[in-house]
Amino acid sequence: MARSVTTQRKIINTAAAWTVGMLIFFPILWTVLTSFKTEATAIADPPVFLAFDWTLENYSTVMERSDYMRFLWNSVIIAGGSTLLGIIIAVPAAWSMAFVPSKRTKDILLWMLSTKMLPAVGVLYPIYLIFIKMGLLDTRTGLVIVLMLMNLPIIVWMLYTYFKEIPGEILEAARMDGASLKEEILYVLTPMAIPGIASTLLLNFILAWNEAFWTLNLTAAKAAPLTAFIASYSSPEGLFYAKLSAASTMAIAPILILGWFSQKQLVSGLTFGAVK
Amino acid sequence: MATQHSRSAARLMMAPAVVLLLGWMLVPLIMTLLFSFKKYIPLRGGDLGWVGFDNYIRFVTSSAFWPSVSATLIVVGGVLIITVIFGVLLAILLNQPMWGQGVVRILVIAPFFVMPTVSALVWKNMFMDPVNGLFAHLWKFFGAAPVEWLSQASLQSIVMIVSWQWLPFATLILLTAIQSLDSEQLEAAEMDGAPPVKRFAYITLPHLGRAITVVVLIQTIFLLAIFAEIFVTTQGSFGTKTLTYLIYQRVLESQNVGLGSAGGVYAIILANIVAIFLMRMVGKNLDA
Repeated sequence: MARSVTTQRKIINTAAAWTVGMLIFFPILWTVLTSFKTEATAIADPPVFLAFDWTLENYSTVMERSDYMRFLWNSVIIAGGSTLLGIIIAVPAAWSMAFVPSKRTKDILLWMLSTKMLPAVGVLYPIYLIFIKMGLLDTRTGLVIVLMLMNLPIIVWMLYTYFKEIPGEILEAARMDGASLKEEILYVLTPMAIPGIASTLLLNFILAWNEAFWTLNLTAAKAAPLTAFIASYSSPEGLFYAKLSAASTMAIAPILILGWFSQKQLVSGLTFGAVK
Repeated sequence: MATQHSRSAARLMMAPAVVLLLGWMLVPLIMTLLFSFKKYIPLRGGDLGWVGFDNYIRFVTSSAFWPSVSATLIVVGGVLIITVIFGVLLAILLNQPMWGQGVVRILVIAPFFVMPTVSALVWKNMFMDPVNGLFAHLWKFFGAAPVEWLSQASLQSIVMIVSWQWLPFATLILLTAIQSLDSEQLEAAEMDGAPPVKRFAYITLPHLGRAITVVVLIQTIFLLAIFAEIFVTTQGSFGTKTLTYLIYQRVLESQNVGLGSAGGVYAIILANIVAIFLMRMVGKNLDA
């Protein structure tokens, strides 16, 4: 008897969860579907769900028209560059905090986090001014620096959490076996740290890719990434749903896929270990 | 093994990150503080000297201030209520045995990875447009007159868009917390005849207390800073000018830097009040 109840409950659970899941996912699904419609079908009344002539026309239009590739490339450079630079600066810091902790380690970690809480709009003009003075306005270099600094606390924090889980005894054992410091780092530590570094890389790439305050305010035509490109579609002239959808799909598809791989890190990375 | 030598090496390794973050925090902060005490209008005369607390007083006495406070409260409060309530329900649902749990999880989490400008534009045009939006079609189907969402129900619309973006975050954290709940406790309560509502109220909810607090604190900090969603949809019109957006307009659009900086200082203080509570929780966990 217990079994049949479980199966029945399982069916109800499954139905409920899938319904809710599809509802939440629907705006994304609808965007993807619309991107394969013609502009006329995209605003058809009543709306067409699946039974339309699928076309790739919007994708080619978007890619030809508005220098889409340049925006995409800017996004890749800015998100990738800021993340890599952040990792390079954060690895030694997180490393020393995890393996040579001092009384102040905890305070430093918390202080780093507190810089993340500073509202961007509060320092908008100073940054804007510094950017003008240093010729960084509307450059990829400028955005790489700002986004790196913005995400640095999260990067240090995530790496620290991962490094702390590497047991110190393993290092000692390697030393006992006669490994030199170089060998120790190369053959023992690095392989164990790579998963942690990889997931940190992933989450922060996503965060930088989607960042939409500094990218909108510090770029114009030259260095604008996809966030700004999409925002340029907000003027309501003409019929453009299908093209907007195609552009949107291209901007979010790579990140959605990466994001699905980083579900676990999302929790630990964004709550700073406050929820386990 | 932590010798004097390795200690100084450790300090050296930490130096770049610490110095950079210190600069990133202090330099703009000090500049904002300085500007806030000046009459500083770059396009009309530039730096016109010190004015004491004038800007601070003008910022809070301007006619745009209180509406922006209430808009901020509605957006932050509305999104928090929606994401926490639905987040708890969703987390409980996703924690039940079912088929295809992994796929459902992916579907639910997806909105979090959509860039803010995309979600704002998709909602604005394809759902909330009064002529061609899906909602308009739906309303017409049921014989109702389509709503002009972003002008007639502007704040509610923004709350809805932002809630859609943040529900995955709340759900995911609450789900993680729920999974650490001891299932034997729930089973024991069930055996003793406690109805589901009581099991939820006396076991699940208290267990989630900490996670809910974390969700509320982190989201508050991010929600106070919402920008792109408003920039793309209403540009601050129809009563959607939040504190962040008001400061942005003062600083970059009307280029009244002194006034905007005073607003910025208010925003920093506000965010710090929330941050103190969050840091306390994070700090406690760091000891454990």
